[in-house]
Amino acid sequence: MSRLYELARLVRSKNAGPFQVTFDVLFDDAATWRRVATSGVLSAERMAELYRVPVGDVRVFDYEPGLAIKVSFPRPVPSGDPGDRDVTGGQQYAPLVDLDIPDGEPSG
Amino acid sequence: MPDELRYIAATGMVGAGFHAASMERGAQRMPHFIAADGGSTDPGPYQLGSGTGIFSRESCKRDLGISLRTARALRVPFLVGSCGGAGTDAGVDQFAELVREVAAEHGLRFRLARVYAEPDRAWLKRRMRDGRVHALTGAPPVDEGTVDRASHIVAMMGAEPFAAALAQGADVVLAGRSSDTSIYSAIPEREGYDRGLVWHAAKIIECGSAAAGNRTGQDSMFCLMRRDHFVVEPLHPDFNCTPVSVAAHSLYENADPYLLVEPAGTLDTTESTYTALDDRTVRVDGSVFVPAQRYTVKLEAAEPAGYQSVTMGGVRDPVILRQLDGWVDSMRRSIVERVASSAGLAAEQYTLNIRVYGRDGTLGPLEPTPHFEGHEAFLLMDATAPTQEQAATIIRLASHVAMHHPVPEWRGSITGIAHPYAPATIDRGPVYRFTMNHVVELDDPMEPYRVELEEVGA
Repeated sequence: MSRLYELARLVRSKNAGPFQVTFDVLFDDAATWRRVATSGVLSAERMAELYRVPVGDVRVFDYEPGLAIKVSFPRPVPSGDPGDRDVTGGQQYAPLVDLDIPDGEPSG
Repeated sequence: MPDELRYIAATGMVGAGFHAASMERGAQRMPHFIAADGGSTDPGPYQLGSGTGIFSRESCKRDLGISLRTARALRVPFLVGSCGGAGTDAGVDQFAELVREVAAEHGLRFRLARVYAEPDRAWLKRRMRDGRVHALTGAPPVDEGTVDRASHIVAMMGAEPFAAALAQGADVVLAGRSSDTSIYSAIPEREGYDRGLVWHAAKIIECGSAAAGNRTGQDSMFCLMRRDHFVVEPLHPDFNCTPVSVAAHSLYENADPYLLVEPAGTLDTTESTYTALDDRTVRVDGSVFVPAQRYTVKLEAAEPAGYQSVTMGGVRDPVILRQLDGWVDSMRRSIVERVASSAGLAAEQYTLNIRVYGRDGTLGPLEPTPHFEGHEAFLLMDATAPTQEQAATIIRLASHVAMHHPVPEWRGSITGIAHPYAPATIDRGPVYRFTMNHVVELDDPMEPYRVELEEVGA
């Protein structure tokens, strides 16, 4: 078992416009990217639960050209609304960093 | 079309800066145009709501000045989109003022086009009534009241208004709110290059050096467009683009890494390939542009959301911290009581936020571990009310209540909060909220935009 921050070269979040937040997890190599992408840990269901959004609003992309996994969903509060805690959405990824990723399938 | 088209992104945002040496290096490659994005919604609704900028006047003038002078020396167009930070009419006028100053200081002469992007509101309301305004993902409900209440509304222009300004002989185009990519797409499209390549190249370079994997700051980016591919290269000698860094750039600030919706259609990078030409230069091909059935432009709007005042301070006493949650909850009740009795304001008339940093300030209800465990907490309180006077009154009372809010263990008057500033309260002035995330159908790409020409330095 490894934590996501040990496997990823970058975990980040940012607004995709003022009404959506998008998370990117980037990896250094295709094998690690595939291990995490197939683990189910960053699935729409898991993200919907963690961030308390309807699962139907969550989009997950396995982006091989960038060796990345992307998750996007509408912000619960638009950027900069009085009551917003994170105008640029930059720290919303924090709960992902310590997620446990199971060991990959043994090869061969 | 010419064999190749060369162009430069001066920086990812006017005012953010770039190295003058990088621009010089780019100039030596004889670019056909230079451009820059002048704004963003990233900093929140304040700029659009208030009609003010993101970076300082001096920073913007510096970036515009170097780019403009380089473009004039080469006799090539200089284009800026989303002028002034939010792309309002005032933002265009502000950048125009800066550009005229630079021209006067350096003896430059050119034709300037100002392209305004705040649409006529009666027109917009007619579009709404005709069912030709559509919600995007996460959009709030809107009606004609939304249009009336907005302090500013902008329609994010495509490439056509830039092309129209250039067709009227403009050397410099300062445009209001634009799709970031449209700034860089107008000239290559006009020259007949493949639209998939054109819009993908624009997407990569419009953030300046952001697609360089090892960049340490904001700087300029170079693009070479050819018939069946394009090449990108950072102009900073120490930065490198790699296939992964360029491909990964499609992730940045996009909900979908493959599909980017523009006014005239959608850029699809599903089949794009990224090839290293050397250790810093990347070739891209395979990108496709799918024309839209209807030409639509994105609307952004911001309206006043009241006035706000703030107070803040540290809590270090372990006795208080051991009961922090209860102390803050009862403090809040006391504040509401005091505001009602002293100022005659009921809780429904204002919004009071009390955030506890060290516990759940950043993530609020999403915090996976919302129990306080540290030796220090930071309380940030804000009150938002219809007038500044009300917000100021509320927060001054709140600050006083909070400071002296008791705990049972200490018998006598306490001071529970360490204020870092005197006065302890900050009146922030007007605050705003974004109110539209919609597109409007246009009968033609120029419909809501106005182009005005002037001779500078004549």
